[in-house]
Amino acid sequence: MTDSVEIRRGVYHDSVTLMQVSQRVRTTPGVADALIGMGTELNLGLMRETGFDVPDGAGPNDLVVALRAQDDDALAAGREMLTAVLQELHERSRAGGATTEVAPRTVGSAARRTGAGLALVSTPGQHAVLDALDAVNAGLSVMLFSDNVPVADEIALKDAAAARDVLVMGPDCGTAVVGGAALGFANVVRPGRIGVVAASGTGAQQVMCLLDLAGEGVSHCLGLGGRDLSAEVGGRSARQALRALAADEATEHVVIVSKPAAEEVVADLERLAAELGVPVSWATLGRGLPDLTAAVEQTLAAVGADVPAWPTWPAEGSSGQAPAGASLRGLFCGGTLADEAMVIAEEVLGPVVSNIPLAGSPRVSGSERAQGHAVLDFGDDELTQGRAHPMIDPSLRLERIRTEGADPTCGVLLLDLVLGHGAHPDPAGELADAVRQARATATGQGRDLPVVVTLVGTESDPQGLVSCAEALAAAGASVFTSNAQAVRAALSLLGAAPATTPATERTAR
Amino acid sequence: MSTTEQPLHGLLTRDPAVVAAGAELFADALRDQAVPVADVEWRPPMDGTGEALATVLADPRLTEANALALERITSAEAELVRVAPASEALGLQRGEFLHSGPPLTWDRASGPMRGALIGAMLFEGLAATEEEAVERLSGPDISLAPCHSRGAVGPMAGVISPSMWVFELRDPVHGTVSHCSLNEGLGKVLRYGAYSEEVITRLGWMRDVLGPVLAEAVERHGPVDIKAYLSQMLQMGDEGHNRNRSATLMFLRDLLPHIVAQVGEGGRNTDDIAEVCRFVGANDHFALNLVMPACKLAMAAAKDIPGSSVVVTMARNGTDFGIQLSGTGDQWFTAPANTPEGLFLGSYGPEDANPDIGDSAITETAGMGGFVMAAAPAIVRLVGGDVDFALTTTRTMYEITLGEHPALQVPILEFRGAPVGIDAVAVARTGVLPQINTGMAGRVAGTGQVGAGLVTPPAEVFVQALRALADRVSATDGRTP
Repeated sequence: MTDSVEIRRGVYHDSVTLMQVSQRVRTTPGVADALIGMGTELNLGLMRETGFDVPDGAGPNDLVVALRAQDDDALAAGREMLTAVLQELHERSRAGGATTEVAPRTVGSAARRTGAGLALVSTPGQHAVLDALDAVNAGLSVMLFSDNVPVADEIALKDAAAARDVLVMGPDCGTAVVGGAALGFANVVRPGRIGVVAASGTGAQQVMCLLDLAGEGVSHCLGLGGRDLSAEVGGRSARQALRALAADEATEHVVIVSKPAAEEVVADLERLAAELGVPVSWATLGRGLPDLTAAVEQTLAAVGADVPAWPTWPAEGSSGQAPAGASLRGLFCGGTLADEAMVIAEEVLGPVVSNIPLAGSPRVSGSERAQGHAVLDFGDDELTQGRAHPMIDPSLRLERIRTEGADPTCGVLLLDLVLGHGAHPDPAGELADAVRQARATATGQGRDLPVVVTLVGTESDPQGLVSCAEALAAAGASVFTSNAQAVRAALSLLGAAPATTPATERTAR
Repeated sequence: MSTTEQPLHGLLTRDPAVVAAGAELFADALRDQAVPVADVEWRPPMDGTGEALATVLADPRLTEANALALERITSAEAELVRVAPASEALGLQRGEFLHSGPPLTWDRASGPMRGALIGAMLFEGLAATEEEAVERLSGPDISLAPCHSRGAVGPMAGVISPSMWVFELRDPVHGTVSHCSLNEGLGKVLRYGAYSEEVITRLGWMRDVLGPVLAEAVERHGPVDIKAYLSQMLQMGDEGHNRNRSATLMFLRDLLPHIVAQVGEGGRNTDDIAEVCRFVGANDHFALNLVMPACKLAMAAAKDIPGSSVVVTMARNGTDFGIQLSGTGDQWFTAPANTPEGLFLGSYGPEDANPDIGDSAITETAGMGGFVMAAAPAIVRLVGGDVDFALTTTRTMYEITLGEHPALQVPILEFRGAPVGIDAVAVARTGVLPQINTGMAGRVAGTGQVGAGLVTPPAEVFVQALRALADRVSATDGRTP
């Protein structure tokens, strides 16, 4: 193996783009690894950890290219691939405008030029608050996708926003739908009368997709960021979102999607909703509370709509035998979906280990081999260092699915797949291949490995719900549109008694 | 809550239009939905400014303070009201000298600054020889102060001594006054550090003839509207820093009747008057010394606005580059000046150039000079670069300024207003540095001009300034009950 590390000054690309560039360069024959990123502390650290000898003097404005290949020829081929990919990007960036035109360098500048009302900020976490403040000062509402924003900055940002009557959705806000525009990771749902206020990204996607499948539409989905309903942040964005939806003519009912929230914040929001005269239902994920599917069903009942049978697709070629392994292995892209799986599973299985464990359950690193019942979130920070979110770059999870196929203790593989804008353009094809391989490996070892997939999406999504579901079912996976139902199906495959929704708590928030 | 206003400025009812910063993927996803998207060409902020930027951007005073600064800058007027000796106009005492840029001591002064100070000592009769001048300048009897500390400006070395005559400009809107020396022409001149006999003789003539004749002409004419020259010169292909021909000729045109009328009065003979006209008309840079104090008035109007991040001063003394912000009072933020790059006269080359010098960057501070290069494409033949560079430069400066000057317009950009009001926040946020067109002085005292070119401030001054502004924000927060 031979290494090469090169610093290119005055070249800049965003991190997601560079992760995709790295991914493409890695496909060059003979290239073992390619880490191509701006010279941030994080990226340089990753390169050094991977064994590259990175010279000093690279800064966050320099592009650093670290390549490892089997010989010099392969290294040269890797560089050629990089040149070609960068050239492609360059040509794309020059596609419009005369040579002396200057692109806006700040959100404020872009806002002045266009009169846009909303900014979508997905810049690196330590700088994101600057871009968000710039947007707020320019009078724009912000969807702040970036994470790693300190809570004090979040509070200052939200106070500044309230003073200017603009909304900050985030930080760490994965999904929003505003005026029909799907922002971030978002599904294409029909327009309608239900407003969604969401402190949880994939949770909101599950809720909106189920509403869509039930024939109900969404007026807007306003994200809050995962911490908004904590005592510290105190629902600053939630209050603004609720007021805006209450004044919105299209919205008749509001669903608030969140992880367990601070009592006083919930009480405060309920008071506000009553004051505004807007009916609110809660989809709160937590122990002893209705699951998201149940919460959607309550909402449908509240607006007088029928609850349909949530679509499922049975696995093709399933042996129907009881699985040989005893453990549940959940490999998720959506953090909230993973949480929901653990809440439902632990009632039957007891503690579930995870890289994002529920309170009181053991924590494991997502890169370790799991023992016993385990649910991993591949979207967690630990597993996204130096690579894009698994909804964009699924390679790490696909590799893990294949590994689990060879593990005799793995009884049922529980997966999610989230469609929509921002997600991988053909996620089902690659996932189906991995499922097929994992199952073939298990079969080769004389075992049957049932696979259950939660598919979050709509038929209007760019990837199309039905064709994705059929591809997965053809690969031998049982496919569910309700995550709660998928988890229960996985549990019954393991021979564990499926838990039912605690009916007595249906009316609880 | 009953209000006719839509909450969130109608975010939920208007057609979505989005500004996207960060991952291109999300912008592309919006374009796929036919949502209009403006992409930000994002870069990390200048090293070491992240925390200060977060503090300053979260200061609730910032937006309004900067809007007020912009309003004051663009509403400032500039009238030439008199010409008088610096001793009178500025109250300069014998042994007091003003110089360009941030504060400076003799031991740190560069070649051209030393040359100019030596020349001023000889001119004032404070020394008979160069050696004596040097000795006294390094001693305790001579006091040096920045022109800016007296509301004045001076090109290149910017040395003003009590006997030199100065223009006095007044802003009737804000009631401020500024001063600038009279321009000596090109070649071997004091401001470029030359102090030969030819230089001292010329200064004497300027004191005895040029100054008094111009003073009388201005007196007879009444206040001369210099701001109008600034607007007009941009329409005539000059940018006010390295091209001042049109304003020079407009000035001469306006004063000519009042200059010529002085023949035979107060002992002025035809030769004196003819020489004054020839001197002013033949010096393409004569009006630089009117443009500069006019720009100074605009920036003085924006001084001392609490919370404002607007740069009100950019100035160099040949050793250091210094800036001042509206929100940080008279505090200077300095770092070693860069050396300009550009085109050289005769056989001079890059090794002959002194680091950046002069208060003339007040033109860029007020949206003239390098900021309106697009209005003066011919400038590239003097400072280097090509016409596309001139256009790109002006367009880029909009990214670091607060707004557009309604009276200073750039014809080739469809009469778009000049980029004005440099925002230190935007500079730190983008890493884009203000572009300055400048003359180059020889690094050895006595050389004079060696060329002209392009230069930027050292980034470090913006880092310091931002931090100081952030400290003041934090201090203010602490006092708020």
